[in-house]
Amino acid sequence: VWDACSEAMIVFEKDDLDDMGYIVENDVIMSALTKQLDAVADRVEVFYRSRAVGYTWPLPSHSCDTSPWVQIELSDGRRLQTKLLIGADGHNSVVRKEAEIKNIEHRYDQSAVVATLHLSEATDNNVAWQRFLPTGPIALLPLSDTASSLVWSTSHEHASELLAMDEESFVDSINSAFWSNVNHSDFIDTAGAMFRSAISLLKPSGTAVRQLPPSVAEVDPESRAMFPLGIGHATEYVQHRVALIGDAAHRVHPLAGQGVNLGFGDTACLAHHLSAAAFNGRDLGSLKHLLKFETERQRHNVSLIAAIDVLKRLYSTRLPPLVLLRTWGLQATNALPPVKVRI
Amino acid sequence: QLSLFRLTMKRHFSASHSSVDSKEMKKFQLLAHKWWDEEGEYSALHSMNDIRVPFIRDTLLNMSRNYHLGNPLSGVKILDVGCGGGLLSEPLGRLGALVTGIDPLEDNIRTADQHKSFDPVLAKRIQYKSSSLEEIVEECMETFDVIVASEVVEHVADLEMFIRCCSQVLKPEGSLFITTINKTQLSYVLGIVVAEKIIGIVPEGTHEWEKFVPPEELERLLESNGFSVKTVNGMLYNPLSGSWSWMESTSINYAMHAVKSGAQGQSSPTDALSEMESEQPLATAGTTM
Repeated sequence: VWDACSEAMIVFEKDDLDDMGYIVENDVIMSALTKQLDAVADRVEVFYRSRAVGYTWPLPSHSCDTSPWVQIELSDGRRLQTKLLIGADGHNSVVRKEAEIKNIEHRYDQSAVVATLHLSEATDNNVAWQRFLPTGPIALLPLSDTASSLVWSTSHEHASELLAMDEESFVDSINSAFWSNVNHSDFIDTAGAMFRSAISLLKPSGTAVRQLPPSVAEVDPESRAMFPLGIGHATEYVQHRVALIGDAAHRVHPLAGQGVNLGFGDTACLAHHLSAAAFNGRDLGSLKHLLKFETERQRHNVSLIAAIDVLKRLYSTRLPPLVLLRTWGLQATNALPPVKVRI
Repeated sequence: QLSLFRLTMKRHFSASHSSVDSKEMKKFQLLAHKWWDEEGEYSALHSMNDIRVPFIRDTLLNMSRNYHLGNPLSGVKILDVGCGGGLLSEPLGRLGALVTGIDPLEDNIRTADQHKSFDPVLAKRIQYKSSSLEEIVEECMETFDVIVASEVVEHVADLEMFIRCCSQVLKPEGSLFITTINKTQLSYVLGIVVAEKIIGIVPEGTHEWEKFVPPEELERLLESNGFSVKTVNGMLYNPLSGSWSWMESTSINYAMHAVKSGAQGQSSPTDALSEMESEQPLATAGTTM
């Protein structure tokens, strides 16, 4: 991970830690999930190509004559009823809106451009690269020895341009973004170099030998797409008979690659609490255990979401004081193994 | 034969049912509609499920060889005596048991019936009946695998009669689970003064200290009526967190698990799980092992 406005960089290496992470294509995940769903087809029914068009919430009163469960109307006219409705329908969640759960949200003036790229030469492609440009971070995530996935967060206009340009220009833009030093200023470079020398006096191995990112040759024709970015957090994750998970509950900038991981964490936590409740014969829609899920996840999520937002704002500027701050901050963090391990 | 005679005699002389106290019934009448408000008058009973359901479930699972994934109590026939609005019947039903809930108050049964009616699974597994325990004895001899009498024995008029009826409707080697309140100075201070009058977590007038049952007396009555007491555990309610936990001391609330003897003859105190005849002579009522 490194800065476009200075030489500062931070490297996370596998030797200090267990497997740092896994990058898995969405199609592969979907295929694995479909297989698992087929295996439990006697207990889980999936309605493909269906949409919910209306929800009827139970009245809070406990001595009512109408059903105390949530009623759902599907687009094909079928009606379902449930003890617990889980909203996993993304950052524009209809479940969240219909349940009148307030959402704190802010649209970034950025969109992300994604694409599948083919590298110039086959390599031991096991490094994820991210460079913070003033317009936003560009990241290259390894898929195979010859292919990587692109996530480039940039202004809306630039993103539209990138999508519109021909494939060759697109590839040139990517390579230039990773290699160009046009954003460097002498002042920052000198300050950064000074700091680096200081560190290497105190801690000889504290600066990393520079590896070079791969260069890109081609882009997969149909794979270019863009989507707008924003931050969001629901004020409540749960209500009586309703739970929100994933982007329906929280939305983050892709710069830390954590969006889907937060969702996976939500899923694991909710499953744990629901299974404990079921083993106690509890009504699954009961607020008591749903609140435990909410507390546990909010505690975990809120600090991470805030940190990602701060990083995004910190790296969205060319202003020298902030660049200096983040340059020294990054260099210092790179030299401190305990901090890196925590991250 | 003696108990049957007593039963008919009682029926002759009183209009109300022998183990049911009509004064007690009046107290619960007023709150018949409040059962299912988890934050309301009965919130402590709702949160008691968090320890009494696992207690019942795990005791039964430990005693049985079979385990049905997803339905740990599948096939178990349970009688919930004094079921009220069905607060305990429903979780047991969800765990797979076939539950019969009885309560002398019709309004309670009506509330319980209505609440379970929306859940297709529970509607089939649970049936409620407005009745006292004595009234179902004749048609339900040795019918149930388990009887649950939770927060009930401190309200009954004749405890020994109640226990005898439990024994009659329980299969041999069946289990009886009781939760109730001890009769101590501490239970008076905490269970009545604090709980009812000061904090108000129990509706005022619900309990009468005179009718609280010390575990020693309950154990004596059980053992002399063909039961073998297996477990006694103290329970503690934390009003700040609204939750229950287990504790060593039985000086306030406690739970008891007893098993009906498998051998014939209710007054024999042999171990219910043992097939062999006891070496001791048939014990007279009142002695314990």
